[in-house]
Amino acid sequence: MMSDALRFQSPFEIQTPPGCEGYEEMYPYYLRFSEDRRAEEENKLWFYNGMHAPEAVHPFDTIGFEAGYLGIGEMSSRMFAIPPAMGIDFRFLNGRLYISPTAVADPKKIEERAKLFEHRAGYYFQNWPQFYEEWREKVKREIEQLKAIRFPELPEVEDERLVFERKGYGTSQEVFEAYHRLLESIFRIWQIHMEIVMIGFAAYFTFYEFCKKAFPEISDQAITRMVGAIDVSMFRPNDELKRLAKRAVELNVDSYFQAGADVREVFEALGRSEAGRTWLEEWRRSSDPWFYMNTGDGFHHHHRAWVDDPGAVFGILCDYVAKVKRGESLERDIEGRRRDRDQITEGYRSLLQTEEDRKAFDQLLGLVRNVYYSIEDHKFYVEHWYQSVFWNKVRELGALFVRQGFFQDVEDIFYLHWSEVHQALMDLLLSWTIGAPARGPVYWPPIIARRRELMQKLREWNPPPALGTVPEAVVDPAVVMLWGITPDRLRAWLEPEKVEEKVLRGFAASPGVVEGPARVVLSVDQLHEVQEGEILVCSVTEPSWAPVFSRIRATVSDIGGMMSHAAIVAREYGIPAVLGTGSATKRIRTGQRIRVDGDAGTVTLLED
Amino acid sequence: MRTGEIPITLEFSRVGLAERPLVGGKVASLGELLRHGCRVPPGFAVTSLGYRRFLEANGLEDQLRQALASVVPNDLESIERASQQITGMFLESRIPLEVRDAIKRGYEALSIQAQLSDPPVAVRSSALAEDSEQASFAGQQETYLWVRGTEHVLDSVRRCWASAFTPRALSYRLTQGVSLDDGVAVGVQQMVHPRAAGVLFTLSPRTGDRSLIVVEGSWGPGVAVVSGEVTPDEFTINKVTLEIVHRKISPKTVQFAPSGSEGLLVKVGVPEDLQTKPCISDAEAVELARLARHLEQVYGFPLDIEWAVAENEDFPHNLYLLQSRPETVWSRRPRSSIAANFKDPLSYVVQTLAGKALSR
Repeated sequence: MMSDALRFQSPFEIQTPPGCEGYEEMYPYYLRFSEDRRAEEENKLWFYNGMHAPEAVHPFDTIGFEAGYLGIGEMSSRMFAIPPAMGIDFRFLNGRLYISPTAVADPKKIEERAKLFEHRAGYYFQNWPQFYEEWREKVKREIEQLKAIRFPELPEVEDERLVFERKGYGTSQEVFEAYHRLLESIFRIWQIHMEIVMIGFAAYFTFYEFCKKAFPEISDQAITRMVGAIDVSMFRPNDELKRLAKRAVELNVDSYFQAGADVREVFEALGRSEAGRTWLEEWRRSSDPWFYMNTGDGFHHHHRAWVDDPGAVFGILCDYVAKVKRGESLERDIEGRRRDRDQITEGYRSLLQTEEDRKAFDQLLGLVRNVYYSIEDHKFYVEHWYQSVFWNKVRELGALFVRQGFFQDVEDIFYLHWSEVHQALMDLLLSWTIGAPARGPVYWPPIIARRRELMQKLREWNPPPALGTVPEAVVDPAVVMLWGITPDRLRAWLEPEKVEEKVLRGFAASPGVVEGPARVVLSVDQLHEVQEGEILVCSVTEPSWAPVFSRIRATVSDIGGMMSHAAIVAREYGIPAVLGTGSATKRIRTGQRIRVDGDAGTVTLLED
Repeated sequence: MRTGEIPITLEFSRVGLAERPLVGGKVASLGELLRHGCRVPPGFAVTSLGYRRFLEANGLEDQLRQALASVVPNDLESIERASQQITGMFLESRIPLEVRDAIKRGYEALSIQAQLSDPPVAVRSSALAEDSEQASFAGQQETYLWVRGTEHVLDSVRRCWASAFTPRALSYRLTQGVSLDDGVAVGVQQMVHPRAAGVLFTLSPRTGDRSLIVVEGSWGPGVAVVSGEVTPDEFTINKVTLEIVHRKISPKTVQFAPSGSEGLLVKVGVPEDLQTKPCISDAEAVELARLARHLEQVYGFPLDIEWAVAENEDFPHNLYLLQSRPETVWSRRPRSSIAANFKDPLSYVVQTLAGKALSR
């Protein structure tokens, strides 16, 4: 071990929270820190990926990360050969996700990879808009195929059709294949996801580096405002809500939309009138696909989609209805955003010193605007639409297990790792075909009960932002751009906290300065508590929280990368945002008056 | 302006860069600021003709030439001796009536404008040498602040003339090969009563980043900032969007205040409740940045500007620019392309990714 390297706590020094002993068995052996890889693991940097996994991860939910990091590795290291970056390694520690970029160290290898990358990524860059359009169609086809997966009922005897068509195999095989197709589907979609995202970040990173060289103190915010993904599909779900609010007023059914009402009762009541049924029909049409928007980032199964739980957005819908009735505009100022983007771009461009630099700026920006649009736009298709459908498919399988007496509740399936589900399914199919009792119904319930308790306890644990050894450089474009991990940032994390009692610092993510009362939201269930005019303080702001942005005056988060999606939403709504403060939810309490300065990246506590 | 019409004094509002040989760089740039619509305290220049008349009337030309002839470049002792001799000569000589009258009239005009008898003025030399702005001339020429009354003004003008021959100024001009008998002009400018003052740069002095404007300021006259007597408040403003990106408010324990009528400033304490307060408002900082950005666009190069916020005047009429000159530290560095040999975006992406990893 190098003695002069800066280090965080070793992952091996982290204590298991009391009562959580043995939690490791929820996660596969290859995703745990272990003595046999200790030297290697201690010499790497591991940082907490709270952006994608803001909570302890259920055993089944590791599938999203396994598929995701398989996709990242495939695309970065093997497919496009991003010169300095292999994949991103990951582990679960006390239920939390820690990740570690893997760099290419050998200069000769970097040069070889540079040639491959130029040839391969170049093909994509040159055809980007067309390829992205085709990519979207590819994802839609994947979603259609996912939807078509069925877990058929296991009958007492097979339908005679199977006999007379001489298919040669029965329902047990169909169920088995359906699970395999489900697995294949999610692993494939995440490769397809990374197909565009990894080289996208590579291009974006290049523009970012160019700007930093030209303007050494340029803020990340200024760069994103120039790149400006405007009007991406992530905003469409919220626009649909606004449209439905207007329709409610037009159809004269607005009186049903009273905040606090039970959404199921409201929908039932609407079904009793002609106008109400018209509105419900429009809601249903908007729902597919636009309300396949989950309240998180798609990686936790319990962050349900609006389509499954309209209650999550009903309050917002009521707000919109009230605004329409008051004659207020619900439109986002897209033209204003575009003007802002063009003015800033022209401003920086005119400050460049040479014609050559202006040419490089123009061409890089051209590439990056295309690419960045996709980086923002793709999220609806994979993280929301696909993932929401996927989790529901898993629930269909969960229901089969419930019917066969393995689980008490459909949601119990999420307490098993997908490889354990594989075993349980074989147990179930063997038992059904053989006609002998399965072991599952007695084997799994106590394990599930214990894991439910573990997940509850692990929620309380407070994960440190990083573990292990600080590297000399961070060269993975995605790690720099998305999570904002740079050696400087890591060193700042290592410094003992400065005694600035009343000030928190973070990324200046969206401009403007406002004061107001804070509303600390620790989980999505509390989102409906947010009142008009409050400042949202949360662990991580999900882009799918967009509707709530029309109520709040500003937002502050513990976690948030420099290019995080929350920043885009905040700018779209024109409210100040300071992200990645590290400790906002701990240091601020609901009701406390605070000042958010989205230009300087500071949050000031105005009251004790 | 044709010969024969050269006046001894000229109001700021009547000068621009074309009058530079007459009024010197400093005053010419104040005239330019006025022409570009900036608020500059009113004043007038004592032109190079005034200086010549002073030499002629006292027969100083020959003596000056003799004193300078005795100077051996790089011989500090000879420089100091000549400097002392010349300064002594100048201070003992009388200003001819014609020049006195012109200055007196100029000062009276300021008095009428300010509706104040014996209004306080700043008297500063304004070098005629071509490159005086290129070289950072700070401190090599004199400035007298809060000068009140005709006699004190006249005396300060004479001191300014003499200041062109301080040992530092002499040796600089000798080493730079600048002519020694170019003469010198003087600016007489009404003082604003600054609540706060300071300097600003139209780039970041830390990194040379041209997308930023950095405003430094403290309570009272700007000397506190220029001399480094206090750690000033610092506002970093995005030049493109005019958003304040960083505010550093420092404890400012002292400020300067005028004392007597001979242009002396004394250090006084800042009341405790003001020490940690920002000396200018956000709106004032942004408005200064807007003015500076406009000027930079007009001039075409980064600027170093002295500013003041007047007491008892309403925003934005309280913002004054006192001086503007080209920024010299970062602007002198050779301009290098960031994207040298830029071929196409793809190869630049490859270069960046591979290069960054290789340069570790």
